[in-house]
Amino acid sequence: MANEQIKLMIEDLDFYYGDFQVLEGVSLKILVNKVTALIGPSGCGKSTFLRTLNRMNDLIEGTKVDGKVLLDGQDIYDKGVDVVGLRKKIGMVFQEPNPFPKSIYENVAYGPRAHGIKDKDELDHIVEDSLKKAALWDEINDRLDQSAMGISGGQQQRLCIARALAVNPDILLMDEPTSALDPIATAKIEDLIENLKEDYTIVIVTHSMQQAARISDYTSFFLMGEMIEYGLTDKLFEKPEYKKTEDYITGRFG
Amino acid sequence: MKSSKISRKDEIAKIKEKMIELFFFANGVLAIVVLIGIFYLLLSEGLPTFREVSIKEFLTSTRWNPVSYSNPEYGIVGMIVSTLMVTFGSLILSVPLGIACAAYLAEVAKPKEREILKPIIEMLASIPSVVIGFLGIVMVGPMIARIFNLSNGLNAINGSILLGVMALPTIISISEDAISSVPEEYKQASLALGTNSWHTLIKVTLPAALSGITAAVMLGMGRAIGETMAVLMATGNAPAFPKSFFGSIRTLTATIAIELGEVPYNTTHYYSLFAVGAVLFVMTFMINLVSDIVLHKYGEGEN
Repeated sequence: MANEQIKLMIEDLDFYYGDFQVLEGVSLKILVNKVTALIGPSGCGKSTFLRTLNRMNDLIEGTKVDGKVLLDGQDIYDKGVDVVGLRKKIGMVFQEPNPFPKSIYENVAYGPRAHGIKDKDELDHIVEDSLKKAALWDEINDRLDQSAMGISGGQQQRLCIARALAVNPDILLMDEPTSALDPIATAKIEDLIENLKEDYTIVIVTHSMQQAARISDYTSFFLMGEMIEYGLTDKLFEKPEYKKTEDYITGRFG
Repeated sequence: MKSSKISRKDEIAKIKEKMIELFFFANGVLAIVVLIGIFYLLLSEGLPTFREVSIKEFLTSTRWNPVSYSNPEYGIVGMIVSTLMVTFGSLILSVPLGIACAAYLAEVAKPKEREILKPIIEMLASIPSVVIGFLGIVMVGPMIARIFNLSNGLNAINGSILLGVMALPTIISISEDAISSVPEEYKQASLALGTNSWHTLIKVTLPAALSGITAAVMLGMGRAIGETMAVLMATGNAPAFPKSFFGSIRTLTATIAIELGEVPYNTTHYYSLFAVGAVLFVMTFMINLVSDIVLHKYGEGEN
């Protein structure tokens, strides 16, 4: 782990909803071009933690953050950080596929357009490129102008990944991206994640330990708002250091 | 024994179900019957007009002077244009204002502000149109007269402003509902792509709410086109072809309201007022139809 490059460094992060503390002293390193999985029982704070990484929690009123999240060495919670620019660098894929009620093309072109790209050829290129990266191009390149609401849930989720990729982020945050999908669609997304890590740093929240074991390089186990254990996925699942981790991954609770 | 009891219970439930079905069906039919009845009344009372007046004159002449002894004239173009003028004038005013206000309420305002503001805005709809007409005569009129240096302010602009105010609560309330019901996921997806909330509102939230907003505008328009009292009081009542927004006008509705009370029954004048009503009916019907088609098309494209 020592000579790997650190993309995100989280230092002693606390998070509150009003008076209720959701995260307590979380410290974690996210490494470049690796898949980091966050696992833990429902309500352990893993999704909340994920959303602190691109400041999506800012949208909820009455929340408070203490601690640091360093992106390439810069604290994203510093005053004067441009949240909009930050979210351009850190893309996000949500639990439920949430394409816009627009055409497939417009969904992917939405981000680049918002960031000022107007040239039709350039947009075409970005759309094609993003859809190819999301392994969706071959399935839908003949109906780009059709509504994104008409494709299957699995395709919609890959479209959402393509949409996130179109703004060319460094990091991709995924919040249980396959929980609403069937096993075949899930397998496709997992293959995709495997390929995407060549170019992107991926943090994925999952409630499926098998999924974490299959696709991630590093795994971090959350419990009751605390990060209990973090390490190489293989090691964490085979020889967890802590009793709580072992109890969870062997199915004794959670 | 036991089984027959169960089947009898079944039977009763079935009849009950049928009755309920019938009840709702009857209610649905009733609305259609009323609609057809009104249309029939307007047609049957309006059609005799054309025994003496040609349809061409009725729909193309700009002169309305049915009480003339020697040469009565029945052209309603001036009134149609007047009605359209105040209607679209009111929309120019109320649509941007209404949507902006709805967007504020739905997206920007704190829950507490919304709880206070929305009922107040909806209360605006309960002001009687006569009272709005007062305001048109004593407040808006003199203001227009002063600003544009006119002899009086009873004109199409005054009517547009009043109708705009009257259409506002409808447009705001329904647009706000439409904007609020846009799924949070769309907004989150947009924000997560690194766009600001303004961009998200314009490019994602409002388009996603467009069908509801269109419905809101159409309802507001329906209110404006059919509104009588306020425009009657505030637009000056000149049954001539409107020269500009600064001129006095008289709408279809105002004409019916003013003249129907004094007209002798079963005269051409009497019939012609029903024909005017039928024209108004057809106009609102067309607006509803067009908006329905537009909504339908849009809905198909997007879903």
